[in-house]
Amino acid sequence: MSDFRGRDILSIRDLSRTDIETVLKASRRMVPHALGKKVSRSLEGKILATLFFEPSTRTRLSFESAMTRLGGRTLGFAGAEGTSVAKGETLADTIRMVEAYSDGIVLRHPQEGAARLAAEFSEKPVINAGDGAGQHPTQTLLDLFTIWDERGGIEGQHVALVGDLKYGRTVHSLAYALADLGATLAFVSPPTLEMPREILEHVKERGLSFKTAHRLEDVIREADVLYVTRIQKERFPDPQEYEKVAGSYRVDGDLLRESKRDLIIMHPLPRTTEIAPEVDRTKHAVYFKQAFNGVPVRMALLDLILGGAG
Amino acid sequence: MKELRVTPIRNGTVIDHIPAGMALKVLKILGIGDGVSSTVTVAMHVPSQAMGWKDIVKVEDRELGAREIDKIALIAPTASVNVIRNYNVAEKRRVALPDRALGILRCGNPNCISNTREPVESEFLVRTKTPLRVVCKYCDRELEDIPAHIL
Repeated sequence: MSDFRGRDILSIRDLSRTDIETVLKASRRMVPHALGKKVSRSLEGKILATLFFEPSTRTRLSFESAMTRLGGRTLGFAGAEGTSVAKGETLADTIRMVEAYSDGIVLRHPQEGAARLAAEFSEKPVINAGDGAGQHPTQTLLDLFTIWDERGGIEGQHVALVGDLKYGRTVHSLAYALADLGATLAFVSPPTLEMPREILEHVKERGLSFKTAHRLEDVIREADVLYVTRIQKERFPDPQEYEKVAGSYRVDGDLLRESKRDLIIMHPLPRTTEIAPEVDRTKHAVYFKQAFNGVPVRMALLDLILGGAG
Repeated sequence: MKELRVTPIRNGTVIDHIPAGMALKVLKILGIGDGVSSTVTVAMHVPSQAMGWKDIVKVEDRELGAREIDKIALIAPTASVNVIRNYNVAEKRRVALPDRALGILRCGNPNCISNTREPVESEFLVRTKTPLRVVCKYCDRELEDIPAHIL
């Protein structure tokens, strides 16, 4: 079994296949605790620092919920205003200070590479909760957990990643991890927002076949998982062009008539118009469950790292 | 008699086997511009048995530091650096690309944490040597146009 005690989690690519499987299994054991049906005190007396240099309500609250459910406590801030950072302190100094007050650090920062830098200055484990357009490994883990838990595994699953595949960081990390775990991938995006070449190369190196498409209709019949992301307005110079493109990647009842009966639809949220509200009532919709899964997955990770259970 | 295009120097450094056309970039790396106190000789497009064509840079009264040699390796991986003392080659070194380029390149990603005033040096991992591809240790991005980002 891989040893997680005291380990930094900076990028999903730092985790081996065995590591990921360890986290997925531990996450499943945490579900009753995350629901409040069972009580754990495994991190009693431990303090987790949650440093959010930019707001991210879902990520921060799920980390705080996870730590509290395990009997530990959190301290930190949400937004850099009013902190020593606003006075011009370097991240390195902030980390050296916070390290002395806590057993582990969760960091969200607007600049790429911030978590790796923080880890260099901290003896205590650092968990990256998003660094600019860079990595967000706990999001990837909760996405993987959702697929694994809902579909009973990852290998051989047909997963279609849909939307802005060029700039969306969650889909990049997820594509790497899914390729390593043997999923069959399809990339569906407007021509201007295609998956970067290096990720396609990585998938190819894994010896996996994949498909690229510009229309949802081209993948809907074979997909087991539809992972939908938001197409941002600011990527298009012309608002009319945006409306046209965004409209053609909308998941609704009409599209789902073509799908497998047990297709699951995921979304990292928040969504705008890319999934029609009528889909929420279908059994395909797992995006709210996926958001909940952030808690057991982060509980599992905190328990492995701070409790040394792994 | 073989014509000597460039005369020998007494003390200093001769950087030989620079890929043709890269001599001016080598000068830039060495900070050779307006305020130079010693003689600098540049030979460009010189016939070479090994390379076909090459450039040569001779800098008098100066020996190069390890970082300067690492920087030269980024743009002229074939170069050799000869230290001249009293007209003799005192040391002959081939430049070698390190596996990690520490403090010699600036990340091209303006939003990378290494481009802020944090107390760290830039660091790049060499992914492949031919062609040279390097990736920022902090933001994971591959650096495009390496010569333009030499510090």
